[in-house]
Amino acid sequence: MNNFLELIKQPWPWWVSGPLIGLTVPILLLIGNKPFGVSSTMKHICAACFPANISFFRYDWKSESWNLFFAAGILLGAFIAWTWLSDHTIAINPELLKELKNYGITDHNQMVPKEDINWRDLLTLKGVMMIVVGGFLVGFGTRYADGCTSGHSIMGLSNLQWSSLVATCSFMAGGFISANVIVPAILKL
Amino acid sequence: MIASNIKFVMAGLLFGILIVKGEVVSWFRIQEMFRLQSIHMYGIIGSAVLTGMISIQLIKRFRIRTVNNEAIKIIPKTYHRGFIYGGIIFGIGWAITGACPGPLFAQIGSGATVVIVTMISAIAGTWVYGYLKPRLPH
Repeated sequence: MNNFLELIKQPWPWWVSGPLIGLTVPILLLIGNKPFGVSSTMKHICAACFPANISFFRYDWKSESWNLFFAAGILLGAFIAWTWLSDHTIAINPELLKELKNYGITDHNQMVPKEDINWRDLLTLKGVMMIVVGGFLVGFGTRYADGCTSGHSIMGLSNLQWSSLVATCSFMAGGFISANVIVPAILKL
Repeated sequence: MIASNIKFVMAGLLFGILIVKGEVVSWFRIQEMFRLQSIHMYGIIGSAVLTGMISIQLIKRFRIRTVNNEAIKIIPKTYHRGFIYGGIIFGIGWAITGACPGPLFAQIGSGATVVIVTMISAIAGTWVYGYLKPRLPH
């Protein structure tokens, strides 16, 4: 048992975690006839809390509430995995780490660079860009694109929808520009 | 309402564990992917899609039904130009925060509590989209 737990705690290769992540698609279909997707949760939260008479938010969000329970599960599962099932080592490309060191980022074993994404620096220009602006773009963009990596790149592509391929290519295009041009500019601030 | 949704909490819990163990919620992994410095994220997404694809094909081929014996139906999304505009905007945010919506919940769960602010901001972004929707190109 102890050996098994040790094995679980080590980082998993992509060919173990990838296929398992893909199984979320049939699991949700089989247990509830639900299409896998996460970004809709933010739409439901808007509809539930601040609909403001906007027609986009006037629908029966309660009939979609399974999505919010799923999201609560993600939070809980991440807590369990991080607290008890991880040895907190991630093998990042040394080239990247060398470059990030120039920006003062040295601890890559957290899920976010804690030197820049933290409460203390939230109100600095860098903090606002990384946290507030970044988050806004994720929310605005996923809704405008009618889905995120889950709904389009995994669910949509699995169902062979060409429009999800268009969306996925757009995500990647935005990401390439951002990671190579915008993110370094923000980190230099 | 709670009882009938426990199964979705459990599915989310499993997914949450998997994306933390798969390091999909790591900001560093996202940088690597977009700088073509590692195969990790491409392998994860590619193999996840492959498993999903095979599963859906099997469900369709054998007309597999849900646990409640309903016929499984998947409604495709309706394409509009926002898939491109919104997609690029999301991609930019994805590289900055190192998180798509699922991982936002997971980053908070893994103790980066400041990501609650990122999440609130993403909800605000969703709201602003709803507000501007009639005036945006689709």
